[in-house]
Amino acid sequence: MISPPLLYALIMLAAPLAMVVTFSFWSQNYLDLDTTITLKNYKEAWSKPIYRVLILRSLNISIMVTLVTVLLAFPMAYFLSFRVKRNKALWLFLITIPFWTSYLLRVFLWKVILGYNGVLNSALMGLGIIDEPMTFILYNLNAVVITLAHAWAPFAILPIFVSLERIDRSLLEAAEDLGDGPFRRFFRVTLPLAMPGVIASTLIVMIPTVGDFITPKLVGGTDGLMISNMIQIQFGKANNAPLGAALAIASMVIVGSVSLVIFIAGRWFRGRAQ
Amino acid sequence: MTQNPIIDIKNVHKSFGKVEALKGVNLRIEEGEFFSLLGPSGCGKTTLLRMIAGFEEPTSGAVIIGGEPMMGIPANKRPTNMVFQSYAIFPHLSVSDNVGYGLAKKKMSRSEIAEEVNNALAMVDLVGYGDRSAHELSGGQRQRVALARALVMKPRVVLLDEPLSALDKKLREQMQIELRELQQSVGITFILVTHDQEEALIMSDRIAVLFEGEIAQVATPQTLYQQPVNERVASFIGVMNFLQAQATESADGGLGLEIPALGDVAIAKAARPEDLPAASIDRIGVRPEMLTILFDESDHAECESEGVVVGASYYGDMTYYSVQLPETEELTTVSMRNTAGRSIVASGTKVRIGWGADSIVLFS
Repeated sequence: MISPPLLYALIMLAAPLAMVVTFSFWSQNYLDLDTTITLKNYKEAWSKPIYRVLILRSLNISIMVTLVTVLLAFPMAYFLSFRVKRNKALWLFLITIPFWTSYLLRVFLWKVILGYNGVLNSALMGLGIIDEPMTFILYNLNAVVITLAHAWAPFAILPIFVSLERIDRSLLEAAEDLGDGPFRRFFRVTLPLAMPGVIASTLIVMIPTVGDFITPKLVGGTDGLMISNMIQIQFGKANNAPLGAALAIASMVIVGSVSLVIFIAGRWFRGRAQ
Repeated sequence: MTQNPIIDIKNVHKSFGKVEALKGVNLRIEEGEFFSLLGPSGCGKTTLLRMIAGFEEPTSGAVIIGGEPMMGIPANKRPTNMVFQSYAIFPHLSVSDNVGYGLAKKKMSRSEIAEEVNNALAMVDLVGYGDRSAHELSGGQRQRVALARALVMKPRVVLLDEPLSALDKKLREQMQIELRELQQSVGITFILVTHDQEEALIMSDRIAVLFEGEIAQVATPQTLYQQPVNERVASFIGVMNFLQAQATESADGGLGLEIPALGDVAIAKAARPEDLPAASIDRIGVRPEMLTILFDESDHAECESEGVVVGASYYGDMTYYSVQLPETEELTTVSMRNTAGRSIVASGTKVRIGWGADSIVLFS
C-alpha cells in the first residue's frame, strides 16, 4: 500500500527529478537522443567559461537579492510584530496585495517605472534633480535585483514575522532587567531567537531567485542573463536537453551546497550568541 | 520605621487608558525585608511591582529606591532584579550563560564571571547544572535558575512576580521555605507578588493587601490575620465568620458586646481598637479555629453557647463543621483538629460551642 502523500511526492517530485538526472547522462544526436551513459555534458558544463560566468552571476544576483530582501523584510516584520498592536491580520493581508497581480505584470510595471522614459526618470527630471535619464537602473543587474527583491518581499517578511511573534516578551524584559539597553538586547536575545525565521527567509528567497529566468529576460538586458536563461535555451532553441539537464543538476548541487552552508552558519550563530 | 526605607512609593497613580490600576498608593519597604504584595487578580499588585522594576512609569507620584527618585530611569539602570512568573529563561543559552547574562556587561574577567555563576548556582542548589540547556530543566529548576540569575547581580531589591504559581503543591510548599531561608541568608530585600494568602503568610515579614488599586492594610502576617482592618481583608486572609453584634461603652473604657449568636462578652480597654466608637460597631468576626466544639461534659471555655451541626468537611488533619448558631441565618464554620479517638460529629447533633473574648475581631 502506498499512501496518497507518498504517491503524490513520487509523481510530482521524485519522478521529474529522476528524469532530469537521467537526461543529464545522455547526449543529443541532432534529432534523436543517444541514451548511452556519458559524463560529456557535465564536462562541458563545468569547463566552458560561459556557464561558469552565468552560474556565478546567478549566485551573485540571488545573494544580492536575498540580502536586500531580508534586510528590508526584517524591520518590516519587526514593526509588525512589536509595534502593531491591533489589526495585525489586516497588515499581513496588505503585505500580500502585490500578489493580486500576476508576476509577469509586476515585472513589466518595474520596466515602466525604471525605463529610459519611465516614471522614475521623468519624475526626477521634472523635479530638476537629474538632467538626463539614468540608464543604470534598467537592463542590467540592478534592475533584476530591484524587481526580484520586490517580488519576494512578502515571502521574506512572513517567516521572520512568525519567529518574532513566537518570542516570549518576558525574555526581552528579562534582558532589560539584567542590564541590557535596547541595542544589546536586540543582538543578544531578539536576533538569536529570530534566527530560524531569518534563515528560512534567506533560503526561501535565495533558492528560487537563482533559478528565475523571467525577470532577467525582461529587465536584465544582456548583463543580467542568468543560468536559467541558458538552461531554457538548451531545452528550447539549442535543442540540447541533456546539456540543459546537466546544467540544471549542476546549479542544483551548487545552490544546495550554498543553502547548507547558510543553514549551518545560522545554527552556529544561534549557538554563539550570548 | 527607619528614616530611609529602601523603597518609598509616594502617592502613585497609574492609569491604562480609562482603567485606573493604582489609585494613590503609599508604601515604605525597609532594607532586608521580605515584603509581599497580596491581592486578588487585577488589584494592581503586579503593576506596582513592574513599576518598581522600571517596566511601567507611574501616571503620577514617585517611586524612590535607595533614596533616589526613579522617574525616567529604565529597568536596565535600576538596582532591582526580577524573577518573572514565566521565569523567562533564555532558551538559546545554557544554564551558566543564563545566570551570567547580566554579568557580561560588568567589567569582569571570564574566570570571575564563572566563579560568580558557580556561587549563584550553589546558592540555589544547582551545582553541576551549568552546561544544561533551558529545556532540560524541570519547572522547579527553572525557577531556581531565574532566582540565581537575579541574585548574581547583587541587586538591592529582588522582585518576584508570582514565582511559585506554576509549581505543584508539594514543590511550592518546599520552595516557600527555601526562598524564605535564602532571603534571610543573603539579607537582600525581597518583594513578592502573590494572590495566595497562605504563601504570603508563610514567607513574609510584612504584607500589603491590595484591592482595586488601593492598599487596604500593611501589617505583619500575625497582625493581618488576627486584626484585619475591615471585613474584606478579613475574608481574603483565611476564613472568617461574621456575626451581627451590638456594643455599648463600659465604665472602664472597654466595650460590652451583645452577640445574638454567641452571647454577651466584655472587651477590655487594652483589647479594643482605638478610635472605634461603640455605636459604630455592628458586626464582629471570629476565626473557625477560635471556636471550639466542647465534646465532653467536662470541657469548659471562657464563654459558651449552643449550636446545631449541619454538615462536616473532612480534611484529614482537620474537620470543618458548619454550625447553625441561634438567631443567625448564615452557617458558622468551626474547625476542629482530628485528635486521637475523636470521631466526626454527625449532622443534626446539638453541640456546645466554646469561645473567648480575645478571639473576637471588631468591625464598624
